[in-house]
Amino acid sequence: MSSTSLTTGRSWRPSLPRRHVPVLATLALLLVMYGIGVSQYRAFSNVQVVFNVFIDNGFLLVVAVGMTFVILTGGIDLSVGSVVAMTAMVSASLLRDGLPAALVLVIALLIGPTLGFLMGCAIHFFEIQPFIVTLAGMFFARGMCTFISDSSISITDGFWTSMSQQRIGDPAGNFVSISVLIAFAVVLIAAYVLAYTRFGRNVYAVGGNAQSALLMGLPVARTRIAVYTISGLCSAIGGILLSFYTLSGAPLIAVGMELDVIAAVVIGGTVLTGGSGYVFGTVLGVLVLGVIQTLITFDGSLNSWWTKIVIGGLLFAFILLQRLIGIRFK
Amino acid sequence: MTGNRPVLTMTGISKTFPGVRALHDVDFRLFPGEVHALMGENGAGKSTLIKVLTGVYGTDAGVVTLDGEQVSFTGPMQAAAAGVSTVYQEVNLCTNLSVAENVFIGREPRRLGAVRWGEMRRRARDLLARLDLDLDVSAPLGSYSLAVQQMVAIARAIDVQAQVLILDEPTSSLDAGEVAQLFRIMRQLRDEGIAILFVTHFLDQVYGIADRITVLRNGRLVGEYRTEELPQFSLVEKMIGQELDVLERLDEQQKRATVDAGGEAPLVDAAELGRRGAVAPFSLRIHAGEVVGLAGLLGSGRTEVARLIFGADRADHGQVRLDGGRAPVRNPMQAIAQGVGFCSENRRAEGIVPELSVRENMILAMQAARGWLRPIPRRRQDELVRRYVEALSIRPANPELPVRNLSGGNQQKVLLARWLITEPRLLILDEPTRGIDVGAKAEIQKLVVQLSDGGMAVLFISAELEEVLRLSHRVAVMRDREMVAQLDNDDTLDADRVMRTIASGTPREEVTR
Repeated sequence: MSSTSLTTGRSWRPSLPRRHVPVLATLALLLVMYGIGVSQYRAFSNVQVVFNVFIDNGFLLVVAVGMTFVILTGGIDLSVGSVVAMTAMVSASLLRDGLPAALVLVIALLIGPTLGFLMGCAIHFFEIQPFIVTLAGMFFARGMCTFISDSSISITDGFWTSMSQQRIGDPAGNFVSISVLIAFAVVLIAAYVLAYTRFGRNVYAVGGNAQSALLMGLPVARTRIAVYTISGLCSAIGGILLSFYTLSGAPLIAVGMELDVIAAVVIGGTVLTGGSGYVFGTVLGVLVLGVIQTLITFDGSLNSWWTKIVIGGLLFAFILLQRLIGIRFK
Repeated sequence: MTGNRPVLTMTGISKTFPGVRALHDVDFRLFPGEVHALMGENGAGKSTLIKVLTGVYGTDAGVVTLDGEQVSFTGPMQAAAAGVSTVYQEVNLCTNLSVAENVFIGREPRRLGAVRWGEMRRRARDLLARLDLDLDVSAPLGSYSLAVQQMVAIARAIDVQAQVLILDEPTSSLDAGEVAQLFRIMRQLRDEGIAILFVTHFLDQVYGIADRITVLRNGRLVGEYRTEELPQFSLVEKMIGQELDVLERLDEQQKRATVDAGGEAPLVDAAELGRRGAVAPFSLRIHAGEVVGLAGLLGSGRTEVARLIFGADRADHGQVRLDGGRAPVRNPMQAIAQGVGFCSENRRAEGIVPELSVRENMILAMQAARGWLRPIPRRRQDELVRRYVEALSIRPANPELPVRNLSGGNQQKVLLARWLITEPRLLILDEPTRGIDVGAKAEIQKLVVQLSDGGMAVLFISAELEEVLRLSHRVAVMRDREMVAQLDNDDTLDADRVMRTIASGTPREEVTR
C-alpha cells in the first residue's frame, strides 16, 4: 500500500516541465517578432541587423547576467545602472588624468564588485531588504558620478578607441564588436557556473527556500553576498563595455537602466521570487528588448517611447504567465 | 547494545530566549544502534534541544560530546559533516530543485569542480531504491507529496554516513502505510549501528519503535527510561507532570448522540460544491451544534473541502449558503462576516503572523470582522486575550510575546483563540491537533465538545480516525478527492468501518442525508 501511494503522488500533474515554459514562451515571442520584422522590412533579414542588436545591447546583456544571479536568490539589485555609469565615469576621468589603460581597467573592475560585496553584507548580516540597500547603492554610485564630474568626459585613449573600432567580421562584411565577444564569454561562464558548480546550485537553493538551504547546511551567507558581488562585477564590465561603445563617461548615462535589466531578466523567464530561471532565458530577454527597439527604428514613424510601452506590456504579460504557471502547479 | 559507551552526550544544557527559558540544565545521551525517543509536551524544549545539538542555536551553558570528544557545532552543515544529520518537523528542502539535487546539494559528486549530473541522478536513484522509493529524480521535488518529500529528506540525511540521525516529528504528515515504511527504514538503520533520536507526539509510535525514552517538561529533564520499563500511562504522567482527568476521559469511547436535525434548517448548506482538480462536487449540510468529521487519507481532498466551504478557493461547481436564504459565500470575507472561522492546517504559512504578539495575533480576526476603522479598545483586548490564554492554557502566559517564540502547539492554540474570539457559528478546524502533544490535544478536543454543546457547528478534519470518531456526530469520508460517504456516528460505526469505506469507496447508498 505504501509504495504505491508514494509513487502515485504526482500522477495527475501535467508532464511538461514547468521550469521551461517561460523560457520557451520567450523564445516563441522572439521568433514571432523577428518573423514580423523580416516580413515587413526587406533589410531586416540582413544578418548584420541581428549582430547590431548584440552590439547595441552587449553591455545590457552582461549586466542582465549579473542581475540573473541576484534575482535567482530572490533578491534585486537596483544599483546596476548607477554602477555602470560610475565605472564609465571613473575610467574616463582616470584616463584623462593619464593613467595607463591596464591600471584603469583593474581599478574600474574592482569598484563595482566592492560596492556589491558591501551591499551583500548589509543585506545578509543586517537582514535589510535588498530593495532598500541597493537603492542606497544606486544613489551613492550616481552621486559619485556627478562628484567626479558634472559634465561628460570623452575618452581618447588608444586602447579604448581600438576596442571601440575593432570589428570582427565574416567575409560577407557582417561584423560584431569586441564587446559582443566579451558579453558572450560572460554568458557562457555564467551559464556554466549556474548549472555545474556548487555555488550555482546553491544560488537556486537559496532562491527556492533560504531557511531550508540553511538547514541543509548550505553556505547561505556566502552565496547571498557572492551574488551581489557578481552583479557588481557584471555592472563594472558593463560599464567598461559602455565606455568602449560611447568612448566617454557621462554622469547621467544609463539612468533607469536597472529597470530595463530587471525587465529583460523577467521576460527571460526568471521568477522574481527566486529559485527558477536560466541565463539562456536572460539572453532571450535582452534580445526581445533589442528586437523591439530595432523594429521601432525600422518603422521610423514611431516615437522611441513605444519601446517602453511594448516592454511594459510584455513585462506584465510575462509576470502574469509566471503567476498562472505557479498557481496551476501549486 | 547498551553495554558500549554513548556516541553522543549532552550535559547541563541551558538556553534562554527573550522571555522564555527554553532549556534548563538538561542532560541527554544517545547510544549507537538504538532508537531513542525524546518526549515532552509542546514547549518542553525538544526542538530547542535538537537545534542546540545541531548548532542552529548556541548554548548559554552545557557541554556536548560526540564520540567522547567535546564538540560545538556552528551549524547543521558542520554537524552533518561530523555525522549528526537532522530531518526536521517541517520538510526543509528546496521544492524548486530536483529530487536528486535535494538529496545531494552541498555534496554533489563533482569532477574538476563541475557537478556530475548523471552520476548524481544515478546515486539518488540507488539511494531512494534502498528506501523502496521509485521517483523521477530529475523532477522538481515540489511535484511530489509531503510524505514523499519527507522520505527524500531522510534519504539525504542517511547518505552522509551518519552516526546520529535526528528525526524531528517525521511522522506528523505521514499516513499509516508510510509510517510503517519509515519504521522499517529506521530499524534497518539502527541495525547498521546508527543512533536515532526520534521525536514524535504519537505514543503508539514510541512504543512501536523506541528502545529508550527521555522525557522533558518545561525545559527541564524529567528522566531517561527504557521503553519496556515505562508503561504508556506513566509516560504521559511524566510528560504532563500531573494526573489529568481529561486523559482518562480520552480513553473512554464516548459516543456522541446524533443531533436530531428535525425540520430545522441547516446552518451550512453546500450543494454540489466542487472545483476541478481539487475536489469532485459534493453536498454537505451542517446543523448548529453539530460536529461533522472529515476522514480520509492525506491528499484525499479534506482540506480542499474546507477551503471551498470557507470560500478560500473559488468553486467552479455548485454553491454554499449559510443560514438558508442569504447570498452564497464566495470569498473568505463573506464567510467571516457570516460567522465562519477557519483554522488552517498549515499554521506556519497560513495562520500565524510570527512577528506579532500573542495578543495581536488573537484579535486579528475580530478586528477584521469589525473593520479596521473601529479599533478594539485595549482594555477589551486585554480582557479577551487573558480569558483565552487561560482557557486554552497557552504557555508562556505572556500576551505580549511574539508568537514566533512559542512552541508549535501553543501557536496552534493562539490560532484557535483568534477564531473563538469572533464567536463563530461554524468553526472549521483543519488538523488542529497535528504535531501537538497529548495534553494540548485533549484540551482542544474537550473544547470542541464544549463549543458544539454550546450550539457552534464544527467541521473537524483530522488524520486520526479515533479523534474524528470521538468528536463527531457524523463522519464524511473522502477518497481520491471525492466525498464517498457520510456516516452517522452511531453504535455501528467504528474505525474499522471508516477504514473500509476509505479503502473501498463505499457506494453512495451509504450516504445518510
